[in-house]
Amino acid sequence: MVLSCRHVWDHISGYIDNTLDPQVRADVERHLATCEICSAILDSTRNIIVLMADDRVFELPLDFSQRLHARLDEVLQHEYPEPPALGP
Amino acid sequence: MTTRAPVGHREIASEQELIASILAGQRENFHLLIRPYEQQLYRTALALVKNEAEAEDVVQDAVLKAYRKLASFRGDAKFSTWLIAITLNEARGRLRKENRAAFDSLDEQREANGDFTPAALTDWREVPLAALERQEIRALIQQAVAELPDAYREIITLRDVEELSVNDTASLLGISVALVKVRLHRARMMLQKKLVPHLRLVAKSGRKRLGFGRLSWF
Repeated sequence: MVLSCRHVWDHISGYIDNTLDPQVRADVERHLATCEICSAILDSTRNIIVLMADDRVFELPLDFSQRLHARLDEVLQHEYPEPPALGP
Repeated sequence: MTTRAPVGHREIASEQELIASILAGQRENFHLLIRPYEQQLYRTALALVKNEAEAEDVVQDAVLKAYRKLASFRGDAKFSTWLIAITLNEARGRLRKENRAAFDSLDEQREANGDFTPAALTDWREVPLAALERQEIRALIQQAVAELPDAYREIITLRDVEELSVNDTASLLGISVALVKVRLHRARMMLQKKLVPHLRLVAKSGRKRLGFGRLSWF
C-alpha cells in the first residue's frame, strides 16, 4: 500500500520501537526510501530519543545522594524492616 | 521469597543476596541496594511533581518506605520496578494531598494533536551528544519535557528517559499497552516539533553562540 507522508508520521514511533506489523513496516520503509522529509523526521525523532536517555539531561541535584543516605542512616540505626504483610 | 531469578544473572543474584542480608539484620546494606537506582527514582518523581526539591523529598520518602516494606518485596517483579512503583505512589499521594491534578485533560490535547505536523527539517542528521555538556541545551530539553501534558511526560520519562519496556510502563501506570504506545508516540512527536528547530541549530553550528537562555519558543 502506498502511504502518504501524514500516514507515515503516525507510524514513526512504532517504527523506531519495531512494533509495527511487518506489512505496515514494509510500506513505511518503501516510503522512507524515497521521501527525504519523512526520513529526516524519523532521524530527528530518533536523535531526540537518544538525547533523552542521556544521564546528563536530568542530573541529580548537588549532594542529593548525601542527603538521601544521611536520612536513611537515621532510620537504619533505629528500625528493622517491618515483618512481611500476611497475604490472603 | 521466591528464587525464580534467571540463573547465572549475577546482578540479580547479588541483589537478592543483599536483600536477604538486610532482612537478616545487616541493615546498612540497604545503602548499597538502592544506590544504583537513585537517579532513576529522582527522574520518576520529577516527572510527576515537576519541582526538584519536591522530587528529592518524594525519593527520600519512597526509599524509606521501600526499606520498611522490604520484606514484602517478593522477587517476582524486578526490584527496580518495585522501587519505581513506590516512588510513583509517593508522588501521586503528594499531588492528591495538595489537590494538584495528577492528570490534565488529554481530550483537549488529543483534539489539538489531530492535525499534528512534525518539524520537517532535512539538515539535522547527527546526534549532538557533545552539546549536552552545555547547560542551556540540557535546560532546553528539560523545559520541553516539563511542558508536555502530565500523562505524556510520565510515559516518556519511563520509556525514553529510564528505558523501561512498554509492558513495565503499562503495568506501572495501570494502563493498557496500546495506550502507552499511543501516548508515547504523541509525546515523542510533540518533543520532535518543539526541539528539532533548536537542536538542529546546535548540530549545525557548535561554535556559534546561540543565546538559548532567552529563547522563547512556546
